[in-house]
Amino acid sequence: MIPERLVNLVVLVGLLAVPLWALAMDEPFTITLATRAVIFALAAVGLNIALGFGGLVSLGHAVFFGLGGYAMGILAHHAQTYTPVAEWPFLIEGTKSMPVIWLVAMCVSALAALVIGLLSLRTTGVYFIMITLAFGQMFYYFAISWAEYGGEDGLSIYVRNDFPGLNTLVPIQFFGLCFALLCAALLFSAFLARSPFGLALNAARQVPQRVETVGLNPMRLKLVAFVISGVITGLAGALFADLNRFVSPTMFSWQMSGEIIIFIILGGVARLFGPVVGAVLFVTLEHFLGGLSEYWHIYLGALLLVIVLFARGGVIGLLAGRARLHD
Amino acid sequence: MTDAVLTTTGLSKSFGALKATDDVSIDLRPGEIHAVIGPNGAGKSTLIAQICGGLVPDSGRVTLLGRDVTQAPARLRAQAGLARTFQISALAMEDSVLQNAMLGVLGATGRPWSFLRPALGRRDLREAAENALERVGLAEARAMRTAELSHGQRRQLEVAVALTLNPRAFVMDEPMAGLGAEGSKRLTSFLDGLRSEAPILLVEHDMDAVFALADRVSVLVYGRVIETGTVAQIRASQAVRDAYLGDPA
Repeated sequence: MIPERLVNLVVLVGLLAVPLWALAMDEPFTITLATRAVIFALAAVGLNIALGFGGLVSLGHAVFFGLGGYAMGILAHHAQTYTPVAEWPFLIEGTKSMPVIWLVAMCVSALAALVIGLLSLRTTGVYFIMITLAFGQMFYYFAISWAEYGGEDGLSIYVRNDFPGLNTLVPIQFFGLCFALLCAALLFSAFLARSPFGLALNAARQVPQRVETVGLNPMRLKLVAFVISGVITGLAGALFADLNRFVSPTMFSWQMSGEIIIFIILGGVARLFGPVVGAVLFVTLEHFLGGLSEYWHIYLGALLLVIVLFARGGVIGLLAGRARLHD
Repeated sequence: MTDAVLTTTGLSKSFGALKATDDVSIDLRPGEIHAVIGPNGAGKSTLIAQICGGLVPDSGRVTLLGRDVTQAPARLRAQAGLARTFQISALAMEDSVLQNAMLGVLGATGRPWSFLRPALGRRDLREAAENALERVGLAEARAMRTAELSHGQRRQLEVAVALTLNPRAFVMDEPMAGLGAEGSKRLTSFLDGLRSEAPILLVEHDMDAVFALADRVSVLVYGRVIETGTVAQIRASQAVRDAYLGDPA
């Protein structure tokens, strides 16, 4: 077995090296692919806090991914058409500033996660999965019918949004921005896992009645985890929209929710770098197998099956064995 | 009488036609071990669930330190000073022994809302957890995964988690269950000393332990308390003999 920290380090360095190599070889498309992987990884790092640490199998995380996307789309759309987002009760203007867009995306996601969490956490198991799925479909169909923002066709943004001090149109600079955010999220996730909150959440996933009998509220722990999780996935959604300069209802689709879960299962549930490994693997397969056949998902399915049957800890579990206990 | 730490008054709970708890009034006084015994199906678990939260009685009251907690959820009773151990160990099996004890300490502080500093790096919290493990004799095992503990060690950890809460009263659901003779003896002598810290309501099948420890014993049969008294009174009671202890006793 390889120490988990070493695996993580190699993954991180590799994720940085590939686009730098692509830069040297003048292959901007590879940089875009790497950026896509990084953004997916960020979305999955978010879900991992709910699913891995909290045991909340949310099949509705596309809601936050999509909300992040639409927060970007709507704000940028109004900025490029010079129309206000709202005039009442006070004037809200559109914006092309990434930090502002991110903040809006995260706040909207937090609010949605709070409401969805409050309602869904009354249930457990398969009912929780179904309720989160239902919320996802609600948002999906709402987006489709929201003609003002493109309905089924989605919204195109002509120029990527701005970040102070960077030219985000240069692929490697936008990659660097996304990579930095992923690192920040990973760092936060690592701290969270060891924190008092992480300890209590981890116990709430395993034995809620024990958590209750020491005087803590397992529901509230899970709700907070769900909100944190939604916020990070929402941020990823805003970046994803900026990467494509396009948002559409598919960001809200249940396939999207499923893909984020698949990243985590491929890489390793509740493992710090599980979501990263899973997302990288997914994007790599999508690129190479997708070039071979339109039906590349068959191979993805086979791989997923093999992992679920023979490597429950995902790729990280395969390489590094069982998670070490904190000491 | 009014200085009882924990009181149930006329507690009743039925499931359909079955009266699982029938007009049960018992109390737990400072410094005592009050044992509740009874044959299988006597309603001991149902009684505990109503005392600790989880089941709401059909009628009657549960009072903890003068506060009516009949309707309160388990976590509020825990906050008010009630610590329980489970008959079947309810521990976070994937976590270390120390982490389980730490959970109790976090519960006692009531503030798990810290997201960045490592829990096990908090000297004050860690000491409280290690201290509890030390007391039950698990100090050596603190870095082990809980799933790897023996059955007896899990029972010890159950007690350690309860200790971390610094409770005003303990409710222990068959803490001796599945312990060997040696383990039972050790736990018996530990509980003997513990009663001076906080009284213990002890539900137990192990009669040797009950007769060695209990200041008072209540005998539960078909949901009713048929007798409450000292060990000598219980031994002498004809009603108890008939209903429960049978001939060999």
